[in-house]
Amino acid sequence: MIKVSNLNKSFDKLHVLKGIDEEITQGEVVVVIGPSGSGKSTFLRCLNLLEHPTGGEIVFEGIPITDEKNDINKQRAKMGMVFQQFNLFPHMTVLENITISPIKVKGLPKIEAENIAFKLLKRVGLYDKADSYPSQLSGGQKQRIAIARALAMEPDVMLFDEPTSSLDPEMVGEVLDVMKELASEGMTMVVVTHEMGFAKEVGDRVLFMDDGIIVEQGTPKELFENPQHPRTKDFLSKIL
Amino acid sequence: MDILFTNISNSIALFVKYHRYYLRGTGITLLVSFFGVFLGVFLGLILALMNLSKNKILKGISRSYINFVRGTPLLVQVFIVYYGLPLVGFDFMPDLWLVVIAVSFNSAAYVAEIVRGGIQSVEKGQTEAARSLGMTQRMAMRYVIIPQALKNILPALGNEFVILIKESAIISVVGIHDLMYQTDTIRGISYRPFSPLVFAAIIYFIITFSLSRLLNVFERRLRAGDQSI
Repeated sequence: MIKVSNLNKSFDKLHVLKGIDEEITQGEVVVVIGPSGSGKSTFLRCLNLLEHPTGGEIVFEGIPITDEKNDINKQRAKMGMVFQQFNLFPHMTVLENITISPIKVKGLPKIEAENIAFKLLKRVGLYDKADSYPSQLSGGQKQRIAIARALAMEPDVMLFDEPTSSLDPEMVGEVLDVMKELASEGMTMVVVTHEMGFAKEVGDRVLFMDDGIIVEQGTPKELFENPQHPRTKDFLSKIL
Repeated sequence: MDILFTNISNSIALFVKYHRYYLRGTGITLLVSFFGVFLGVFLGLILALMNLSKNKILKGISRSYINFVRGTPLLVQVFIVYYGLPLVGFDFMPDLWLVVIAVSFNSAAYVAEIVRGGIQSVEKGQTEAARSLGMTQRMAMRYVIIPQALKNILPALGNEFVILIKESAIISVVGIHDLMYQTDTIRGISYRPFSPLVFAAIIYFIITFSLSRLLNVFERRLRAGDQSI
């Protein structure tokens, strides 16, 4: 579904991604772990071109999205993204947050967009918050709304950029639960996270990144119980 | 003491006698300032978007314009527009329009900087979220960034209005019958060089002071009902 070849990204002189090859297949939950500064968020943000790669190619559903002539907006509409800082639109109600893109980008009639929104709100357990503003929600609620907003576009893949890192500990669970449910329904997901429990439980594959490359990858069992590379061992020993 | 009292009562009599001049002048001053700001906001928004665009030419035009306007006196600008526009084919324009244009050209540069600040103060994550949902840059600006930016800059725009009310006194030099011009007229016909100016100052002050008070109330309301962050 997403094929990445020799992906490189530099910020001025800082070489962040140093040649990444990776393929994500339909229905797979790929968890990306690694120390901060390892390039895992940059990798994720390259997948929908929020960061423009300085080298290499990304093919999404058969379309080379890194091609200059490609209109990325079409693919972005099929790739949901959830951010660490939620990034809900503060001047819109929850319902408007969720419906704005289906209406404006996909051209759905308002009623239809709202029907989808209410279904999603029910799913993330926030049906009664439709008319609230983001400032009236807790962190966990905000992130669940952000997930609903991304899902409203009916994406083929969901990208999660440290979705629980800015949450109070007691709210992490409610967000992870929504993500787990999503995974169990077969959604293709790429998740950058520090939640090793989630990686173990939900991940089909875990990538360990360090210093701009994928050092090691495998099933959660392989990677967590029997890491091969010394850098992986070192990282896991620090956090587990 | 007696002289002071006489002077004051004479002055008040003068004000009563010529209050129509003041009234008319105040009307023109408010009219020019209001439309100056209104057009200025419109032009300023365009300039700000040009300034923030990736197109180097648009950016260059906008930056040069802003720098030129901010670096030259309003008096000179008013003269240039007032005498220049008719020379290049706008001779059909009434004088009042010409000065409104001059004032709004000036205001646009300041508004553009206010708007640019407002747009840049909206978090980068907002654009990213909008773009990640498939919105084009234009949609993201229109539905997500500009509504938030406008809310941030409303107080500054109100302030710009207050400033224009004061600065617009300059248009009296080209013969627009604004408050300042009328004051000069009164000074001439009454042979009293001083007290008409005091009344003009008082009127300017009352307008600007009450307007900024009003804006304060408005701003507080905006904050109280602020649903953002």
